[in-house]
Amino acid sequence: MPPRAPITAGGAISLDAAAAHRGSRPVWSGVDLRIGEGEFVAVLGPNGAGKSTLLDVLLGLLPLSEGAVSVLGRSPRAARGSIGFLPQRRGFDAATRVRGREVVRLGLDGSRWGLPLPSRFSAASRRAGERVEEMIELVGASDYAARPIGELSGGEQQRLLIAQALVREPRLLLLDEPLDSLDLSNQAAVAGLVQRICRSRGVTVLLVAHDVNPILPYLDRVVYFAAGRGIEGPPREVIDGPTLSALYGAPIEVLEASDGRLVVVGTPEPAGHQDCHHGPADA
Amino acid sequence: MIPTELAGLSLNPVTDFEAMTEFPFMVNALWAGTIVAVLAGAIGWFMVLRRQTFAGHSLAMIAFPGAAAAALAGLPLAVGFFGACGLGALGLATVSRPGGAGSGAAAESAAIGTLQALALGLGFLFVNLYNGQLANLESLLFGTFLGITTGQVQTLLWVAVAALLVLAAIGRPLLFASLDGEVARAVGVPTRLLGAAFLLLLGLAVAATAQITGALLVFALLVTPAATAQQLTARPGLGLALSVLLALLVTWVGLTIAYFSPYPVGFWVTTFAFGLYVVVRVGAEAARRWAPRAGTATVGAGVV
Repeated sequence: MPPRAPITAGGAISLDAAAAHRGSRPVWSGVDLRIGEGEFVAVLGPNGAGKSTLLDVLLGLLPLSEGAVSVLGRSPRAARGSIGFLPQRRGFDAATRVRGREVVRLGLDGSRWGLPLPSRFSAASRRAGERVEEMIELVGASDYAARPIGELSGGEQQRLLIAQALVREPRLLLLDEPLDSLDLSNQAAVAGLVQRICRSRGVTVLLVAHDVNPILPYLDRVVYFAAGRGIEGPPREVIDGPTLSALYGAPIEVLEASDGRLVVVGTPEPAGHQDCHHGPADA
Repeated sequence: MIPTELAGLSLNPVTDFEAMTEFPFMVNALWAGTIVAVLAGAIGWFMVLRRQTFAGHSLAMIAFPGAAAAALAGLPLAVGFFGACGLGALGLATVSRPGGAGSGAAAESAAIGTLQALALGLGFLFVNLYNGQLANLESLLFGTFLGITTGQVQTLLWVAVAALLVLAAIGRPLLFASLDGEVARAVGVPTRLLGAAFLLLLGLAVAATAQITGALLVFALLVTPAATAQQLTARPGLGLALSVLLALLVTWVGLTIAYFSPYPVGFWVTTFAFGLYVVVRVGAEAARRWAPRAGTATVGAGVV
């Protein structure tokens, strides 16, 4: 498939003076976002700052309390068919005895009613099967797609789930902490895979991350949520002492390690959320 | 009771089949068993996948007071079974979470357990109100193949046809919602509605199965064949077919042996189903252990 040229003049995602509530609790407000087609964007911020809330808004599962949102030039609900989504998860239960291939296939036609015809009798069904195989190959999961998904490792499951999110050829891919349960080498491999898909297929990718460092080399932009607000921009302009100090309303320092890793220091994180394993840029 | 003079298996399939089908009650039992096995095998496969066996068990416990109340009121037992399980399914649907396995399971199972205890208590009350003379208490709990009427077979057939048509229509989105509720919801699958619809189907399957196996032994047809099938294959279509086939097999073999032996059908069906499960489980474990992991998945994971 050739890479797609940007279609929507207004960009892939735009939010204008947007505010979101969870029940009666305000999550963020006054958020303006402009994300162009084909960009690879990370959504960062401390726990509870509203990263997943942004995804729910973009999926049309949560209406904004103020402001306007447009996804691929349409309302989020209208854009649903063009969005691939990978929720945050703990992984499949080891006892889940359904093949990885079937899990990918559900992403293609799992929402259709009625029984599918066997591919022997239906050209459409055969094409669907070929598409599923193509995606499995794209994410490098061919060796284990026939095994029950519950028996696979976290990284293997994550690749199949990315294939599932991609199989409808979405123009926008929303990934909620896809690297969270993976070890470091798998984090880099999956981030590289996502970037490759983003570039070769012209898909806009919004990736919620806990730690920006494994994906930093691949990113075009970051969106940073904190203290009830959100800002966006190129990674090094946003993850920057003065910018984050203004966002948090407290002095923040960003240090750069000799290997290029960014470490954010001084964020007023609520107690109990202090995980500093590698000095993630958002903690 | 089975007349003792019939207790002679000739081991000639034709003669034995003729001997069994000589009596209308046995023909009805075979038909009813066949219908129930197909229904329980298919619905049970989804129940095991969705980890809703506890809900299924509770529906079976709810079937018991329903049938006891019907007996007390002089209504057909089928009315009690289907009525109680239908209401029970609606009750469970209001306490259960969308999306099958996963979130909130602890609170949900506590609520279901509470309903289950109440149901058993009510059943006990109805049996007592019957002055302790409820002759078929044992068959309400442990099943019977005696006295199944042609009318009952017809009711079972219509219920099964309707339930299987609905299952065929919602099968794919239900599979999606069961495996991956959050993604399914995001692409517009009505996971909550599907969860409620499935509980209703499960209620019908339990009510139908309880009429053959009794309230306490429904799992012989609802869980065991499905669990065995999932050990044998990780392909959804094949798994469903195998689950139905295994349910048919244990029903037919159970009914046949029960006919020629002095022991009850519930015992034979459960024992045979359990035996199959153990054989397959041990076989699958052995295949997993001895086959190299890197080898083709078909062998390595015991997957057909």
